[in-house]
Amino acid sequence: MAGAKEIRTKIASIKSTQKITKAMEMVAASKMRRAQERRRAALPYAEKIRNVIGHLRLANPDFRHPYLVEREAKSVGVIVMSTDRGLCGALNVNVFKQTLTAVREWQDRGIEVQLCTMGSKAQQFFRRTKLNIAASVTHLGDRPHVNQLIGSVKVMLDAYVEGRIDRLYIVHAEFINTMSQRPVLRQLLPAEPVKSDELQDLWDYIYEPSASELLEGFMTRYVEAQVYQGATENVACEMAARMVAMKSATDNAGKLIEELQLIYNKARQAAITKEISEIVGGAAAV
Amino acid sequence: MAHTINVDIVSAEGEIYSGVAAMVFVPAAQGELGIAPRHAPLLTSLKAGEVRVQTPDGVEHGFYVGGGALEIQPQRVTVLADTALRAKDLDEAAALAAKQKAEEAIRDRTDEITLAEAQAELLRAVAQIKMLERIRKLRQ
Repeated sequence: MAGAKEIRTKIASIKSTQKITKAMEMVAASKMRRAQERRRAALPYAEKIRNVIGHLRLANPDFRHPYLVEREAKSVGVIVMSTDRGLCGALNVNVFKQTLTAVREWQDRGIEVQLCTMGSKAQQFFRRTKLNIAASVTHLGDRPHVNQLIGSVKVMLDAYVEGRIDRLYIVHAEFINTMSQRPVLRQLLPAEPVKSDELQDLWDYIYEPSASELLEGFMTRYVEAQVYQGATENVACEMAARMVAMKSATDNAGKLIEELQLIYNKARQAAITKEISEIVGGAAAV
Repeated sequence: MAHTINVDIVSAEGEIYSGVAAMVFVPAAQGELGIAPRHAPLLTSLKAGEVRVQTPDGVEHGFYVGGGALEIQPQRVTVLADTALRAKDLDEAAALAAKQKAEEAIRDRTDEITLAEAQAELLRAVAQIKMLERIRKLRQ
């Protein structure tokens, strides 16, 4: 019965693993709902401010804010969003792959790359590559707060203003639905123009008070809103991906248990048959 | 549709209002602004106060904003509020408590930063209370 006993302990251990994955799935499901609400809440503001900034790109002001001026790209900055914890399927890997593809393309053209990692998975991953990490923030938690992001965003913004980077991008996972998330790469700076039929060709805003005063605060808020939106989006993706990953883990554990149970039953049956034939054989010999 | 303008009010916490209006009033940094359709493009910051939206059928909606930014395009007004509340969601008791707390903080101020913060907080609370009073007057 040695084989049967081993199988029995194995089944017990898989069962307890299954309980854990089941619990993680349920936790992720409830967190996902809240994360999705936060994502939905942050979305309109981020979209509207992106539109406004896009209009600004098309305006013809006397004062040009550096965030709106296109420069020749010699060096780019990339903000990479990731999760703090694992067990969420291929979510982070996909984001990193997208980043590396873009980075390789830039490097082929002789453009330097500086990274800003958000979340400990990105930090761990990119530390092993030879890329330059300018800023890093980890432990954003399930409810990322703007205050946590500001510090490292400022590092990138300062680098942009001082001319150490000429473009700023952000890579994060985009939430499509619970089953699918895909990595997106978006340009933050200089802000991309948004075409609109409502706009004429030559126009400018009236600025109150002055353009320089107004735009300084406005542009910073724009970048923060975009990064914050990326962060909430990423959390929603993380929870959805984890839920799906844990669900398939639970299902797989169930299948494994079924198979092992069958093997166990066979082993048990074989042992019994063997014992009986031994007894019968022994009795016949006497 | 020549005499209406699209209005979007969003805050960091979500979309507050989206619709058409005949006239919009906002508390701009340099005084209250009345925006009619086909207003010239304008960009300004907002202070804490009340945004009023008059719909074409004469109904007026009130919103409280705690500062933010405003973009005007001839056919569209976008209010990017730091915090925004519908007038009916305003809580008078909470506003009064916030005002009192801010006043106390100003009285026993410790350093410059907290003083500035408390003053901003006071401004917000006063704007909320002012708006509540106006709503009450309208109802009577």
